Amino acid sequence: MGLLSLAIWTPIAFGVVLLALGRDDQARAVRWVALIGAVVSLLVTLPLYTQFNVTTAAMQFVENTPWFERFNVNYHLGIDGISVWFILLTAFINLIVVIAGWEVITSRVNQYMGAFLILSGLMIGVFCALDGMLFYVFFEATLIPMYLIIGVWGGPNKIYAAFKFFLYTLLGSLLMLIALIYLYIVSGYSFDLLTWQKLPINSHAQTLLFFAFLAAFAVKVPMWPVHTWLPDVHVEAPTGGSAVLAAIMLKLGAYGFLRFSLPITPDASHEWAGLMVGLSLAAVIYVGLVTMVQTDMKKLVAYSSIAHMGFVTLGFFLFNDLGLAGGIVQMISHGFVSAAMFLGIGVLYDRMHSREIASYGGVINTMPKFAVFAMLFAMANCGLPGTAGFVGEWMVILGAVKVNFWVGTAAASALIFGAAYTLWMVKRVYLGPVANDHVKHLKDINAREFFFLTLLAIAVLYLGLYPKPFTDVMDVSVADLLKHVAQSKLN
Amino acid sequence: MIDKLSLIAVYPEMILLVMACVVALFDLGVKSRTRTATYLLTMLTLAVVAALQASYASSGQTVYAFSGMVVSDVMGNWLKCFATLAVMVSLVYGRPYAADRDMLLGGELFVLSMFSLLGMFVMISGSNFLVIYMGVELLTLSSYALVALRRDHTLSIEAAMKYFVLGALASGFLLYGMSMIYGATGSLDLQEVAKAISTGQIKQQVLVFGLVFVVAGLAFKFGVVPFHMWIPDVYQGAPTAITLMIGGAPKLAAFAVMIRLLVEGMPGLAIDWQQMLMLLAIASLAVGNLAAIAQTNLKRMLAFSTISHMGFVLIGMMSGVVDGQAGGAGNAYSSSMFYVVSYVLTTLASFGVILLLARNGFESEEIADFAGLNQRSPLYAGIMALCLFSLAGIPPMVGFYAKLAVLQALVASGGAMHIGLAIFAVMMSLIGAFYYLRVVKVMYFDAPITASAVVAPFEVRAVLSLNGALLLLLGLLPGGLMLLCANAIKQMLAS
Repeated sequence: MGLLSLAIWTPIAFGVVLLALGRDDQARAVRWVALIGAVVSLLVTLPLYTQFNVTTAAMQFVENTPWFERFNVNYHLGIDGISVWFILLTAFINLIVVIAGWEVITSRVNQYMGAFLILSGLMIGVFCALDGMLFYVFFEATLIPMYLIIGVWGGPNKIYAAFKFFLYTLLGSLLMLIALIYLYIVSGYSFDLLTWQKLPINSHAQTLLFFAFLAAFAVKVPMWPVHTWLPDVHVEAPTGGSAVLAAIMLKLGAYGFLRFSLPITPDASHEWAGLMVGLSLAAVIYVGLVTMVQTDMKKLVAYSSIAHMGFVTLGFFLFNDLGLAGGIVQMISHGFVSAAMFLGIGVLYDRMHSREIASYGGVINTMPKFAVFAMLFAMANCGLPGTAGFVGEWMVILGAVKVNFWVGTAAASALIFGAAYTLWMVKRVYLGPVANDHVKHLKDINAREFFFLTLLAIAVLYLGLYPKPFTDVMDVSVADLLKHVAQSKLN
Repeated sequence: MIDKLSLIAVYPEMILLVMACVVALFDLGVKSRTRTATYLLTMLTLAVVAALQASYASSGQTVYAFSGMVVSDVMGNWLKCFATLAVMVSLVYGRPYAADRDMLLGGELFVLSMFSLLGMFVMISGSNFLVIYMGVELLTLSSYALVALRRDHTLSIEAAMKYFVLGALASGFLLYGMSMIYGATGSLDLQEVAKAISTGQIKQQVLVFGLVFVVAGLAFKFGVVPFHMWIPDVYQGAPTAITLMIGGAPKLAAFAVMIRLLVEGMPGLAIDWQQMLMLLAIASLAVGNLAAIAQTNLKRMLAFSTISHMGFVLIGMMSGVVDGQAGGAGNAYSSSMFYVVSYVLTTLASFGVILLLARNGFESEEIADFAGLNQRSPLYAGIMALCLFSLAGIPPMVGFYAKLAVLQALVASGGAMHIGLAIFAVMMSLIGAFYYLRVVKVMYFDAPITASAVVAPFEVRAVLSLNGALLLLLGLLPGGLMLLCANAIKQMLAS
């Protein structure tokens, strides 16, 4: 069994065991098994980084065996510099989520933990799949655990949110399914991604394929104007669900652009780059403004996620190395930062059972330790230099200025909005005098919360201060992708 | 390899017929309330028959018997094997339910099931208009009686009456169409008919006129729009054990008849019947999925969902011949076969759970009855969720691969219009996802109305767990069943 298979199936195996054997009255044992599963799952992904060869853009750790021959579908896995960090990120966030749900989740613990472990394995599968059908199966299968997580452990309006999440994303992916089938037929009955990337396709078909992929990935990212599901879902999802959704699931869509849209339909990507840049800027500026007026903390972070993901798609469609690499770095940093923001809100919500900014005020007085973390993550969220949030945004802005000064300027304005909405929230929630009795009786974070917030803080600072390990890994692959996209595939 | 009288081709049918009579007589001496002895004898017979069919299928031979009136080929053998297994599973799930509702005062459930299975066998094997018609009648007459088995229950009787009247009408259609084609070609033998049509000397109007009635008759049996009216009423009205009996295995037989009549009997008219099937498919996908949204009764919802799934089967059937070239036929028909088989597997499990939750005096067929099932029994809620996600076509359940197979056959078969139809089909399955998810929602998100644990006999629990596991297992490793269908159809087309 290869390392990638191990990374995919270890968490799934633990999850299945928890679902099959876990009982409600053994919640304690279930939590420990889940924790062991998450740790082991993270450990098995580490060799992927340590043994990674940064000098080649070719796929590494490749596994390729026939899966079902009737449609020539292969169990084809492999990673390059673009995907390797997402596997580690997924396993890391999964561990954090398991720790974060430790005392908070008291009903059906085995199903909660099992769902997250299985979800993590499936998402790693998406990042490794080099076969179109395998990718689709992993991509779609993630909907089932997430649907249940939102619906079972979510807030008051959870059912609406769960349905909206499922149907909205399914709509997009079904169109992609038709595109995959079409590619399978025109490529002479192959689902191999690498074959598809070399396949010449005429301009008309490229455009249709591009929009079919766009339907799937834009909804997932989500890009403006198909972003409306995200705030609704984030608000209702349990803390862990929000963290995984923002940190990893949104990246599945952005990653799809890198694996499908850009390399398979490069000409259409160039042709429609203007549209994509426009939509991304709309996300950055318009959604940035929308974020400012939110009164619900989770909704605020959800909208800010959309704005940050706007940077990612903006970077991809600039077609230069700074933009593309910046987009990927932004994906990773947003993975850490958004997870940290949602988990931080979760810490408050567990104590106060309110997400309204107005219910808080002066939290720093009663929870000083927590406020330090919250401050740090907030700074990262608005892109302060030295934190993870800065690197990606800065690279994308530079890339944008290279292409067009005004695009760069428009993108840079997001830094102002980001600072505005984040700092304003910080001011209203944490600073000032203690606002009410509930805040007065808040207890500061315990060891468990301190532990996972520290892990996230280290990641956020490390990526901000020393991004070289992250960018080094992806350099060759990014250059290769850009070279590939620059070549026309018209026939 | 045409023998005048190859009895070996019909050994399983002979065993089934003899044993059905033996069981009927044997049952007279059984006194037990649950008819365990009758049940065991029936199951033993069916197991032998299924094993025999599987061994025939793996020998891979095509044998014609009775002067070419019946054929035993790989496709038929596998379908018969699966139908037998489906009936066995239906009996396992249905027996406790039937015993609670005074349906086991005599052994009719078992005897009629065996006769209806015999009818399916004859349908699947028939290579002659009259033989096929006989099979259809044997199946449906047994089914009418099965639906009416609870004779003190008004809804069942009403369902049986509807089923009978509409079924008789459909049989009339089928027979009328067959007679027109017989009149035009001068033969009842499917191969002779195919030969006569391919000469191009037969009057087209008469043929197509007959074809319309044959397709309409088939559409009735399949339950596709606009010949679907009986499906929801019968599914809802029949005792659930019987709903399973008529909603499961007979779909396999209906598929075989469609292959025999249209593909083997009238390949020359493909351009005509493909168009008809396309219209039926579009209508079924739309009506089935839209009407299912409005249902509060789970059996009725599943009935409408059946209609939409049969639409998908037809999509495969209409994708075989392009511009007179049958190059993609194997791909298309085997996709349909895979769809039907996986659909039956899913139906068995989903009705199995409904049967399980029904208690004496309580039917558990409203969607609301499933509230909080996850808290009462995570296992059965999990199995039902697997069924629903499979029906919705979400990977990695087997239902996804069925849809994938059919859609790729459709896209492979043609130009823009077929891609448009594919997009229409996936949009309709998006609507389908909504009402399947609603049941998942009720099971997982809602609070239970009753805290009582779900109890089930060991055999039901074991078979149901296996059935549910298969949905996932065939999704993770769909290759074997796909290959089986592909080979079966390849042999059928070659002979």
